[in-house]
Amino acid sequence: MTKSSFSNIQSEYLALIDHNKCVRCKRCIQNCGWGTYSFGGDKILADHSKCVACGRCYTYCPEGAISIVKNPTVIRENANWSEGLIKNIWRQSETGGIVISGMGTTFKYKKYFDHILLDACQVTNPSIDPLREPMELRTYLGKKPSRLDVDLDENGEAVLKSKMPPQIELQTPFIFGAMSYGSISLNAQKAMALAARALGIVMNTGEGGLHDDLVPFGKNIIVQVASGRFGVHRDYLNSGVAVEIKIGQGAKPGIGGHLPGEKIGADISRTRMIPVGTDAISPAPHHDIYSIEDLRQLIYAIKEATDYEKPVSVKVAAVHNIAAIVSGIVRAGADIVYIDGYTGGTGAAPNIIKDHVGIPIELALAQVDERLREEGIRNEASIIAAGSIRSSADAVKAIALGADAVAIGTAALVVMGCHVCGKCNTGNCSWGITTQRPELVRRLDPEVYGERLYNLISAWSHEIQEVLGAMGVNSIESLRGSRERLRGVELTDAELKALGIKHAGL
Amino acid sequence: MLRIKNKFNTERDISGCGLCGIINAKRVKTNGSDIKKAISIEHDRGNGLGGGFAVYGNYPDYAELYAFHIMYDNLPAKTDVEEYLKNNFIIEKEEPIPTFMTSKIYDHPYLHRYFIKPKSDRPDKLFHELGDDDFVVNSVMLINQNYDGAYVFSSGKNMGAFKGVGYPEDIADFYKLEEVEGYMWTAHNRFPTNTPGWWGGAHPFTLLDWSIVHNGEISSYGINKRYLEMYKYNLALRTDTEVITYILDLLIRRHKLPVRLALTVLASPFYQKIDKMNGDKKELFTALRQIYGSALLNGPFAIVFGYSNGMVAMNDRIKLRPLVAAAMGDFTYVASEEAAISAVCPSPDIVWSPKAGEPVIVEFEEKKIPQKGGLISL
Amino acid sequence: MITIDAAGMHYKELNRLIREGIGKGIKKFFLENVNGQYYIGDGIKGDDVVININGIPGNDLGVFMDGPTLIVNNNAQDNIGNTMNAGKILIKGDAGDVVGYGMRGGKIYILGNAGYRVGIHMKGYNEQLPIIIIGGEVGSFFAEYMAGGIIVLLGLNDSDEFDSEYFASGMHGGTIYLRKKIDFSKYSKDVELYETDENDMNFLKKYLIDYADSFNIPSEEIMGKPFYKIVPSSARPYAHLYTSA
Repeated sequence: MTKSSFSNIQSEYLALIDHNKCVRCKRCIQNCGWGTYSFGGDKILADHSKCVACGRCYTYCPEGAISIVKNPTVIRENANWSEGLIKNIWRQSETGGIVISGMGTTFKYKKYFDHILLDACQVTNPSIDPLREPMELRTYLGKKPSRLDVDLDENGEAVLKSKMPPQIELQTPFIFGAMSYGSISLNAQKAMALAARALGIVMNTGEGGLHDDLVPFGKNIIVQVASGRFGVHRDYLNSGVAVEIKIGQGAKPGIGGHLPGEKIGADISRTRMIPVGTDAISPAPHHDIYSIEDLRQLIYAIKEATDYEKPVSVKVAAVHNIAAIVSGIVRAGADIVYIDGYTGGTGAAPNIIKDHVGIPIELALAQVDERLREEGIRNEASIIAAGSIRSSADAVKAIALGADAVAIGTAALVVMGCHVCGKCNTGNCSWGITTQRPELVRRLDPEVYGERLYNLISAWSHEIQEVLGAMGVNSIESLRGSRERLRGVELTDAELKALGIKHAGL
Repeated sequence: MLRIKNKFNTERDISGCGLCGIINAKRVKTNGSDIKKAISIEHDRGNGLGGGFAVYGNYPDYAELYAFHIMYDNLPAKTDVEEYLKNNFIIEKEEPIPTFMTSKIYDHPYLHRYFIKPKSDRPDKLFHELGDDDFVVNSVMLINQNYDGAYVFSSGKNMGAFKGVGYPEDIADFYKLEEVEGYMWTAHNRFPTNTPGWWGGAHPFTLLDWSIVHNGEISSYGINKRYLEMYKYNLALRTDTEVITYILDLLIRRHKLPVRLALTVLASPFYQKIDKMNGDKKELFTALRQIYGSALLNGPFAIVFGYSNGMVAMNDRIKLRPLVAAAMGDFTYVASEEAAISAVCPSPDIVWSPKAGEPVIVEFEEKKIPQKGGLISL
Repeated sequence: MITIDAAGMHYKELNRLIREGIGKGIKKFFLENVNGQYYIGDGIKGDDVVININGIPGNDLGVFMDGPTLIVNNNAQDNIGNTMNAGKILIKGDAGDVVGYGMRGGKIYILGNAGYRVGIHMKGYNEQLPIIIIGGEVGSFFAEYMAGGIIVLLGLNDSDEFDSEYFASGMHGGTIYLRKKIDFSKYSKDVELYETDENDMNFLKKYLIDYADSFNIPSEEIMGKPFYKIVPSSARPYAHLYTSA
């Protein structure tokens, strides 16, 4: 078969330079991780085919001389045969490959959070002023006994009979979702670690091990154990506040992962404890978990290795039968269940999976919370909801549907400059986030973005306090699972039933 | 049309209110005239759509039996419920609850009372080993949920609730409470806001010996309800009072928490305060919040609740509802307004305003002086 | 030295006693009447700690282990040496499925047969070289995703049968040594088969002698037949599978 380098696929964006404004400082050449720009002797040239609209060049152009526009050259419009479908056929016919990309799905599915409205107090009960009266966001993640066991001491004072199971204390119900060193840069992880420490929350190593530089942040870190077992050893398990077993991820339920060998440099090699340059393959399943009792086996293997001092979290993707699955996970001994909805992000996943597998976090969460309550075991584990929590409003709604806390991933990367271009898999991220190229990583200053992450979570926390105040409660636990404070709009009966909420007006 | 159950299409039934309580720690009995007088001072806190009383020590002759007060919409309902009672209980005595026509209460359900105890060979014994109290709770929930036109509004021993739609002073006349004697009384004047009044929805709400009168709308109702449902409570009335009663039942009777600790769950201290406590206490209060966060009553409330050992009055943790207490000899009085107390006890030994979230607890046959939670040092 | 009668004991108690013992400086443990207790050796440290096990240990024997030696005088169950970092596990009988999953260092010697998915995703790192030697036969998916380390399959019963299918599927690192020649065409396209040379045999010799000594069998018998070596064709077997959107 003859191979042809000719491609049908035209540039998606045009990088336009206003040569009158341009002072030829060449910052765009330096900033673009994709190699879009070059110097043509007297002016900057742009190779449009390389542009992904990541926004780095125009952000850093001192003259405002660059505009990135959608290529106006059309593929004839056809609602059935969309541009994306046509391009994928060309792409796959040219390469024979599985189409992959980074970040979450770009499909326009219904976003349930946008069809849920919040309640507020009027007259019959008072709203509370969150700026001047206490408004508690503190959240504990971990197994709670169903009842308190107390003895009375000689003075008749109650004293705890048995110690509480280990808990993670969060000052606000946010955590940073798992993003491994390898999928993102060490500087990106450091920014989250700094923010987590300042905020009194936690970040998650993801499956790529714990870099030496992050060891001092142990009190603000959850370490993850995934099927590849990268960097997993006894001391690693004991180095954070909790251990998370990753079963699945919202963006790619049921499939494994694959960090290509070219990203495995010396530092990642040391952190993942694998040789330089080999593919880091995460098998689809954990090969010691083929059934629910095997999950129990791994949960308790970890509890034994950590002397029962660390809560064990289990992360799963939201799939069709999620309520029963989570019930099984809780009964298997998990202290925390992390549920990742289908719009969650990823460093790389086949589009066939990302765009078509899983269910929305709102529905999954509502069903899980209800199921655990029906079974009388909701106290046995905390629930973390994730899968594109885009604002504090999403967080409030998730908590009212039943989550103890929410995790953010993509939003944290957006703080660091991410424009959600979805090219994380290529390793060329101009913002220094999803790349291991030293010249790109260097530009992401952990201190600067640690502070911005701190700002974002602080602002979102204040917004949650505003909502709590409007609802007339002064503690997040009075919102958690309080679906009575939610109403749906533009939702069918089936959707309302799945969410466990009433339609607005009722 | 007369309504004894909440048939209104509302997720929950909320109301504003006034409340009073009188207890004699040595179980010296008084008739209902004082409590009527006190609650009538708070007339304007209600709107005539609900009033009621709970009295303890009023059935000394049947003190070992559960006294069921049941309201019926129609006589077939009575026949059905009585068949259930006969199958499961030994009925020592049954009679209409004495009522007296007043011009104010002209439309009322048929009111009947039964002094009963569960049969030792009742049919449910074939399936499980429930204690008598649990069986009574189940029976009350079963009747209230499944028997149309019937509603059990009192089920404790040597105590009873007397309530209905109307102002409390008229309800007192209707039940002729001047002729009833007890050593502890609570009273309630209701201002429902999203339903017209209904007989069952008047306070006190009772279950076994628990009786609750309550003022304020709980903002955390949604999660309190779902929390209780996990423990198989059926929240048929959709009132805050029902929620509070069941939470106390869960914490004190089923989880066996000391009363004071259980009350702490309802209005727990803020973490800011807990963090400053010493080691053991901090651990206890942190655990309390971790475990019972969903039972925290968030939002405005003041409650007076009676139980077989005494009476408790408390309000929410940021004091959004009023509560005043006073003591005179063996008597302790609590009310929404001091004037209510003053009307029946013009010169008490002490008067105080309990602090936010700190309960006033008065137990029988123990210390004469009430434990004055929130009493600013004298 | 301490002897623990594990009859009827829950794993939590047994493992707590072991951890406490190690904490007190005890080096030799004799566990009697073990029957199914999970996690023996879970996450324990100490290169000079030896735990002798009589009875059948439960799953996850030596999981996360970092140094000690476990000696099993009977058969053992599934997930032996799961994510193990260092140490040595001797099985004087057969082993179950998924031996040495994600194992990064240490040795697992099995006298008898082992089940499915032996050495799955085993990986070497720097000076850490995990080694599994199996005396008998193995099930299918042998060395699946193998990323590093050494697996030696002896087939000491010298049977001509070789039933393991999907052999070394996805192998992208490490080396497998076989003490018999297999019809290579039946197996993974991800690997290549070579005859061993002198260097290979010199390297292997010390492990084979250690293995033979561990089970008191003559090393000449083991080394009396030629060995073959299997290595991955590529450290990047899936490099061409994907195309970026």
